[in-house]
Amino acid sequence: MTADDGAVTARGLVKVYPKRDRPAVDGVSFAVPRGEVFGLLGPNGAGKTTTIGVLTTRVVPTRGEARVGGVDLMRDGAQARRVLGVVSQHNNLDRGLSVHQNLVMHGLYHGLPRRERRRRADALLEEMGLADRAGDRVDHLSGGQQQRVKIARSLLHEPSVLFVDEPSTGLDPQSRLFVYDKLTELHERGVTVVITTHDMEEAARLCDRVGIMDRGRLIALDTPAALTASLPEGTHLDLAVDVGTVGARQLAKALAECPGVESVEQVEPASGGRTGTGTAGGSEEDDGAPTRFRLRTEADPTPVLAAVLQVIGGLGCEVRDVGVRRPSLEDVFIGLTGRGIR
Amino acid sequence: MSGQVTEPEQRAGGGRRLVRAWHGFRAALWRDLFVMVREVPRVLAQTVVQPFFMLLVMGHVLIQIGYVREDYAAILLPGILALTTFLGALQNTALGLVFDFSVTRELEDRLLLPAPLYTVALAKMAFGALRGVLSGVVIVPIGFLVLDLWWTPGQMLAALPLVVLGACCGAAAGLWLGTAVESRNIAVWFAIAVTPLTFTGAIQFPWPMLSDTLWFQMLCALNPLTYLSESLRAVTVPAAPHIPLPIGLTVLVFSVVVAGALGIRGFRARALG
Repeated sequence: MTADDGAVTARGLVKVYPKRDRPAVDGVSFAVPRGEVFGLLGPNGAGKTTTIGVLTTRVVPTRGEARVGGVDLMRDGAQARRVLGVVSQHNNLDRGLSVHQNLVMHGLYHGLPRRERRRRADALLEEMGLADRAGDRVDHLSGGQQQRVKIARSLLHEPSVLFVDEPSTGLDPQSRLFVYDKLTELHERGVTVVITTHDMEEAARLCDRVGIMDRGRLIALDTPAALTASLPEGTHLDLAVDVGTVGARQLAKALAECPGVESVEQVEPASGGRTGTGTAGGSEEDDGAPTRFRLRTEADPTPVLAAVLQVIGGLGCEVRDVGVRRPSLEDVFIGLTGRGIR
Repeated sequence: MSGQVTEPEQRAGGGRRLVRAWHGFRAALWRDLFVMVREVPRVLAQTVVQPFFMLLVMGHVLIQIGYVREDYAAILLPGILALTTFLGALQNTALGLVFDFSVTRELEDRLLLPAPLYTVALAKMAFGALRGVLSGVVIVPIGFLVLDLWWTPGQMLAALPLVVLGACCGAAAGLWLGTAVESRNIAVWFAIAVTPLTFTGAIQFPWPMLSDTLWFQMLCALNPLTYLSESLRAVTVPAAPHIPLPIGLTVLVFSVVVAGALGIRGFRARALG
């Protein structure tokens, strides 16, 4: 694909904020073809929102090029804003206006004739299930309803590319499903959608392709299936263990010797540093929180788990949490960074 | 959904860009006007109460008790009009921006309208100026009543463009202040800026009469409000000593351009993170 035939192209984007020890975005390049749902996945502070900020003309990059809908953002940001829509993470609805007025005013900003902006506002509120709240002030809506108004507003000028920053953060499960359905519908209508998320399930569910970001860099980019396929075969056993006086290192060593266990990793939270992969290393727990291990097995997980629990019990350690699951995008992230994403 | 933007569209000429800018300016200004209609009484209360009491005490009470000459009222009214207009525009612009950028963030939708960013800044400035003019227009009849004086229709007509220019100057200063100052410091900056502006802006005295207090006269010469007060005196009390109108107009226009340019630069910096 050339630079111009994609809905979104970013090439070598760098954003350095003053007085920060490292770039917020550090050489990010990717292209999103028309009609795709593309996700930027990563923990908080990974640079996702700054990248979206650049692509929506709200952040000027220190270096690099970007095009949206064929428009060079650095040369003609105003023109690019005609073809892009933005749903921000926080509530930036106009509190001085009613729900309906928020949409109509957005239509005015985009130069739509009066009748057309009213027609579209009515239709979108109907579609979003908010027709009966049209006259309400936005402060009187729930978080889920406000998110729906934000989506409706972003669609009023019929953008060809929609950027959604953390589409379901802070939403209840019902509102989350509603938002997912709407994004899926937009995808089916041919709208290119770019989302940021730190939720693996959300990324796997919504996105055709996912770019994984960490510390300002794009460290992997592929379909969710291809990303998880790159992981070794098998099942993961996630354990949270109170290691007591035994220590994480000794317990990891004992677990690695269990029949059927292929590898043991000690997983640190997102803020922690990278530990060794393959076998557990890292420091001993000293704050009372359980130590988290991820075991991989290619055998039937049930007997392996039984053996693992027996080893833990035999060492006098206490199991706090157990999970058995197939490899997911989270494992991809852990495999790439050595840290959990949350 | 609309498709890609075509190359001919991308090569939009200067004329088309200007049309886009004008449209963006109009739309952003319309939003503020639409919301303001509900707030007119509150806006007027905010900007008119202080000048009303200044008129009452300095232009009426002090004259009544004999501490001030009777012709002082005619000197005071143009000064109070200048203060009300200038500060009304400055406060409304600066506080509105601080609130928009830091608290509600509801300006964001306008920052995404398909027009150059400066059009939104200019709309904010125009709106602030309009509120300044509105405050000024309200204080004049109050002044007539309190001070028991009158301007001829010709004097009123001559004062109006000066009020508009002064409001633009205040709004430009407000755009600068509102984007240069951190939101948490805005109250401190207002306290630091507003009081000196009020007392060094030739509101209560004609500037040329300060010649015996040269240091204070020089200080007042640095305040753009001085030139608004003096220009308004030039058209409403021409017999009183005043700075020549061409000088006043030149300084005011210069102040609008400089503060406006700094304000637009600050607005871009805030808007672009």
